[in-house]
Formats: sequence, C-alpha cells, structure tokens
Amino acid sequence: MQRFFISRLLMVFPTLFGVAIITFVLLRLIPGDIVMLRYGTGALVSEDVLRAERARYGLDKPIHEQFIHWLWGLVRGDLGVSMWTGKPVAYEVAIRLELTLELAIMATIIAVALAIPLGTLAAVKQNTWVDYAVRVFSIAGLAMPSFWLGILMVLFLLIFFRWSPPVVFTPFWKDPLANLTQLIWPALAVGYRYSAVSTRMMRSALLEVLREDYIRTARAKGLAEQLVIVRHGVRNALLPVVTVIGLEFAFLIGGLVVTEQVFNLNGLGKLIVEAISRRDYTMTQALIMLSAAVFVFVNFLLDICYMWLDPRIRYR
Amino acid sequence: MAGRRQVLSRREFLAGGAAAALGLWSCAPTPQAPQQAPAPAEEKPRYGGELVFAVDAEPPSLDAHRETTFALLHPFAPFYSTLLKFDQNNYPKVVGDLAESWTVSPDGLVYEFKLRDGVKFHDGSPLTSRDVVATYNKIIFPPQGVISARKALYAAVESIEAPDTRTVRFKLKYPSASVLTAGFASPWNWIYKADIIEKDPRWYEKNVLGTGAFKFVEYVPGSHVVGRKNENYFIQGRPYLDGFRAVFTIDRSAMVAAIRSGQVLVNFRSVTPQERDDLVRALGNQVVVEESPWICSQIVVLNNEKPPFNDVRVRQALTLAVDRWSGGQYLSQFTFLKYVGALMRPGGPFAMPDSELEKIPGFWRDINKSREEARRLLREAGIPQNFSFVLKNRNIEPYPSLGVFLIDQWRQIGLQVEHQLLETGPWTQDLRTGNFEAMLYFNCDFMDDPDLQLLSFISPERSPVNYARYRDPVLDELYDRQSRELDAEKRKQIVWQFERRAVGEMAYQLPALWWNRIVVRWAKLKGWKITPSHYINQDLVDVWLAQ
Repeated sequence: MQRFFISRLLMVFPTLFGVAIITFVLLRLIPGDIVMLRYGTGALVSEDVLRAERARYGLDKPIHEQFIHWLWGLVRGDLGVSMWTGKPVAYEVAIRLELTLELAIMATIIAVALAIPLGTLAAVKQNTWVDYAVRVFSIAGLAMPSFWLGILMVLFLLIFFRWSPPVVFTPFWKDPLANLTQLIWPALAVGYRYSAVSTRMMRSALLEVLREDYIRTARAKGLAEQLVIVRHGVRNALLPVVTVIGLEFAFLIGGLVVTEQVFNLNGLGKLIVEAISRRDYTMTQALIMLSAAVFVFVNFLLDICYMWLDPRIRYR
Repeated sequence: MAGRRQVLSRREFLAGGAAAALGLWSCAPTPQAPQQAPAPAEEKPRYGGELVFAVDAEPPSLDAHRETTFALLHPFAPFYSTLLKFDQNNYPKVVGDLAESWTVSPDGLVYEFKLRDGVKFHDGSPLTSRDVVATYNKIIFPPQGVISARKALYAAVESIEAPDTRTVRFKLKYPSASVLTAGFASPWNWIYKADIIEKDPRWYEKNVLGTGAFKFVEYVPGSHVVGRKNENYFIQGRPYLDGFRAVFTIDRSAMVAAIRSGQVLVNFRSVTPQERDDLVRALGNQVVVEESPWICSQIVVLNNEKPPFNDVRVRQALTLAVDRWSGGQYLSQFTFLKYVGALMRPGGPFAMPDSELEKIPGFWRDINKSREEARRLLREAGIPQNFSFVLKNRNIEPYPSLGVFLIDQWRQIGLQVEHQLLETGPWTQDLRTGNFEAMLYFNCDFMDDPDLQLLSFISPERSPVNYARYRDPVLDELYDRQSRELDAEKRKQIVWQFERRAVGEMAYQLPALWWNRIVVRWAKLKGWKITPSHYINQDLVDVWLAQ
C-alpha cells in the first residue's frame, strides 16, 4: 500500500518536469514576443526602446538562464508576474479559479447525475426502447460540441424570453441565485456532453460486468435483482467510469475555452488562450503547469478510488 | 435590466425548442432598416443610474501614456482629465478640460494654459500646474525605462514650465500646426499626480488616481471595471450618472447577446454591419444607430527593398488594379470597410475632394482603363504573366476579407497572389523585420491630423512606423512643411501634394479602404454622440440615462 503511494508520488515529479521543459521551449518557438505585440505597431517607439523593454522582462538572457530562473521560482512556489498585466500570476489565477472550479463541479454533478442512472438503465434494459432512447440521448451529446449547445441556449433565451445569462460573475457566497442564474447554463451545456461520454462508458462496463460469473452466483444464491445490480454490478462497473469522470474533470480546469467565450465567463480556459496569443510567457507557463498538476493530482486521486472500488488493486 | 418575461405552455415550450434546434434566427422578427440617430432633442438630462457598457478587448497596463489600445481608454478615461478635449458636438473643435483658457504667442512658439481653480484628485489633493508639467515631462521626456508611446509626436516641444500654480507654459522649437489638438487634446494624455510620478513613474501602470468625473472602485481583470460618481468633480452638476460598469466581452456573439438582452447598453467602439442589422431587427426603435467615417484605414504595405516592388511601375500597377469604388460598396455589407480615400479620412477636414482623388492612379473611376494601364506597366517592367508573390495578412477581420478582395483584383491583371494569414504575433514580427513582400496593415488615429496620418509615409529614420522601407526626401520635406504651416488652407494643399506623390506618383504604399464606425446604443442612453474616432469622447461626463 505504502509502496503504491510512494511510487505514484515519485512519478509526479518527472512528469511535471517534462511538462515544464516542453512548455518553456515550445512557447519560445512561436514567432513574436510580448514586446513586439504590445509596442510593435501602434506605439511610435524605436528598436532601442523595444530592446530595453525586452531586457526588463529578462527576454535578452540566454534561454537556459531564463528556464533556470523560472524553474527556481516554481520550486519556491513563486509563479511569477504576468508580463501582460504586471500583476502576480497567482492573483490572476485566483480571481478566475472560483468560477472555473464551480463550473467544473456543477458540470460534473450534472454529468454524474445523468450518466450513472441512465447508463445503468440502458444496460439493464438492453435492446429495449429505453436502451435505444438512452443511446440516442448520449450520441447526441457526443455529437454536439458544448459551445454550440451553449450558443443555442443563449439564442433560445434571447428570442423567447429576451433575456441572456449575466455577463458578470457573482460569487456563490455573495448571491447564490445570481451565481446559479449565470452558471447553470454553461454547466448544462458542458455537463450534457460530459454525461454522454460517461453514460456510454457506464452502459458498456455494466453490460460486461453483468455477464461475469460472480453476478450469476449472486443471482443463484437468491439475492434481489436490485441488490445484484447495485452492489455487485454497478460498483464493479464504476472503475472505467470513474476514470472518465476524473479525466474529464481535469480537462474542465482550463479546457473550456470556447464555452467560456460564448457565455462571457472569466475562466482559466480563456486566460490560457489569451496568455498564449499575447506571448505572456510567465502566465502561459504557470497555467500549463497548473493544468498539468491538476491532471496529475486527479490521476492520483483516481488511483486511490480504484483501490476503494476494487480490492484486488489494494491487495496486489 | 430584466427583459419582458413570458409564461409558456408546455406545448409552446416544446414547439419553441424544436424551432430553436432548426435555426433560431428564423424566428426573429422580420428585418427592418437600421434606425439612424434622430436629431438631438431638447430633453432635460436625468440624474442617476449605472451605465453598463461592453469593451471588446482588455488593456495590458493602466497607463495611457504607454498603451495604444482603446481597451484602456473606454473603461478608464472616465477616471481622468486631460488638458483639452474634443467637443463631441463640434468635432474637431477643442474645448478646455482642465484648462480654463489658453493663449498662443503670435510666433506660435509659446502655448500658455490657465488651469481651472479648485480641481482635486480623487484622494482629495489639489491639482496644480506641477502635476501637468510632471505628466507632460513623462510623456515627452520619459525617464529611463519608461515607455512613452507617442513621444515622437512632440518633437516640437522644447520645454514645459509652471510659472505659478495655475499656469502651464509649453515652449516650442518651431511652430507646429498640430500641437494644440493632437498634442494637448490627446485622449491619451491623462493628467497624473506629480508626487506619484516623481516617486515611481510606473505607479500608474497598475493603479488609478485622476481628477475625472468618476472615481475608481474596482477592476477585475478579464471581467469588469467599476466607477462611481465623483461628487467633487470640477464641473458643477456633472456627471449625471451615479456610476458605470465596463464589462469585458471579448467574444462578439456574447457582446451582441448582452446588448440585445439589455444587460449592456452599448459597445462604444463599433459593431459590424451584420451585428447592427441583428440588433435593429431584434430591438427596433429601442436602439439608435449612429455611423461615421472612422479615422482608421487599411493600407497595403509593399516592401520597397524587395524586387520587383522596388520598381515604381510594379507598385503603380498594383494600385491601378484595385477597384476601390466597387470594393467599398461590396465590403461594407459585412465589414467595417467602406470609404474610398487617400491618406486623410474621407469627409474629414483634410480630405481630398473626389474630383481630385479620381485623378490619382488607383482611384480612377474607369477600372477597365485603369487595369489596362496596369497591364502595360507590368509588361514594361518585365513582369511575366502569372507572376506570383505572397500577401501576408492578419487573421482577424476585416483583414482576411480585404485580402481576398485584393487578391481577386490583382488576379485580373495576371498576378497570382498567395494569401498567408498570420496570427498577430508573427504578423507584427514580419512587419517590423521586413520579412514580407506585401502586407496588410492598418492605421488608426484619434483625430484627423496629417502629422498623425502621414507619419507612416516618411523615411524610416524619422518614423518608426514606415514599414515599407523606402526613403524619400521629398516626402520628408513636404511632411515638415505641412507640420509647420499654420494656415489651414495652405497646409491642406501641401498635404494633398504629399498624398499625390506617396500613393500616386511613387505608390510606395497602397491605401485600400477606410473604415465605417457603427455604434448601436439603447435609446435610453443619452448625451453621447459618435465621433470619427473611438479613442475620444469617452469621459462620460455628459452621458445620462433616460429611464
């Protein structure tokens, strides 16, 4: 058990280090830097001024020096200062994290609430109209990008109610109603797609489990069908579903770029895209590292979930 | 601003859902012609209310002296004052903002401003001439490490003095025709506090402290800026609004949805023709549309150092091939691009009349004759049929649409042009380093003034924005002459001479089309009038809400 934890933990560091190198190098391969973007055309400034500004950002130093400087900051927990706004990256992330996390959690709740019962129902009622209806519902969710569903929602609300979701975020603790009025729509749009993936996974995993010997044994010893399904079927089928839910959740932290734009949400996804297009190296590097860290952390949690769901992993 | 709510039956709801899936736009009311702004009515301004408006970009820093984006001016200009400002009802007339009055010496070398009495910064400290001097010193003679984006425009200024607490004196090296307007009425020259600048000239990059009609409340990056009424504003009875909220809506569909639902009342920059039509179709008389020729234009920059673009015949052929008159009509249906003009804004105080413009190669009305001449010039220059080159272009509208149009125009004289769309970063890099043959560029200014609009056309040693990389002493001399000519009519003649040479005889760079500014605002937003620039008239001093 301990060895399992330690081995998983040790894998975190080389993974993050690899991400750090790739991010740092790739960013510098993109033509144009922040100085060029800010002052390259509109401002009447000379090349000398641009050079001085580059030096101020440390962009005149050799690339390995820049990398070591940044990595040393990272090790100390200092994400640096945004080259674009001049404000600490931690501050820029903090003001967006609440919205992003809340949206991710809401979308996950919607997805889980839909996926597990629907997937179970479809598996139990295989090849009946219920199964077909669930499959159509989930295939539609997979086929429809969430941002497109979001656009439809906004148009629907505009045309029929002359109303659109608020464009400014209100924290849940300040005004829960205003908060939900804004976030429920993107959460539905994202959650539906998310649930479609999980529903299909749940259905196929449960179908497989229901054919296992231990399910037959459970039925043979006279257990009620409901107990067979829930205790022996669903629990064992959850393993791949949990993986999908976990990875999708990690994706939602920073991956909802277009949906955030459609609903004008000030989230981390939009920030990553803006940071890349502005060549805000410090911000981009920090956000990608954050995103990578979330993935690694979620994977770690998934491993723990596996142990809880499947004792064989625990005892191996 | 809650919209009208309707209660739907289940059947209506389901029918509505199906209709939405099939295409929601078809359910909208039938299109109406856009409403033009009515003549200003004599209405009594009403006090109170919060104006919510959209800003479709975000500023890098909060220091207007170093930045160049409207995204800073729209949400932050209400916190500041300038020495002079443009009168929205009589553009390009300037009126005093912090300056109560001003005088110009007979030789045009000394400008003296008398400041208003009793002006206070939002922290309660009084504004004096020392603050104005410190501000302008930062702009014109910035300390080491401080960027001043428009320093080059103040080459004529020799020194700035404060003879007493309410007087500021600028001494010039030579007379300048534009310094009063382009220099002292610049919307970028917010007056900062001297004590702060002296302590930390970069303080204003992250902080706000001005003397404007609104006091700063909060700025949440990526989300919004909030200001509330300055009760001690130096103009009695202003502002009318209790406050404002500028909401950053980078995605245009989100911005239009927010206007349409009444959450925001306006985007002061501009909307596209389609967005205008959508809003008018949905909101009818609840919105007012104002349009104006915009001091923004697209220019084809030809790299004059690269053959065959170093040959004037080739450059002339390229300009002769373009049917600007038809292009403007066509492109204006779906982009900002609309007006035909040379280097000064069509309809502006320095614009060449059409009768004169039509004589310049590239602006002839007879496009067949024009293209025939273009083919002849190409033959003479030894350019083979199907000669190909690359047009590098930016990947945001209206650049790609214009690029496609130009390529089609050049195809008609036997040229094959490859369209290379670039993201802003590589596009800027290639533009500045000369890594291009032809490139689409833009020019946007806050007022009609040849010192601003012609700057991209003088030799690179004198202008950091001449990307076409040619040197022409004749143009340099004409630029200086117009800049120092105080007689408006004589100045105009020199400007036209400059234009004829720059885009006609030598065709160094090719003006494509000028933009059309379209502002759709809710009719209840009053006291704001469109001007030819989206950089000016954003202090919100006279703006009020009717309901």
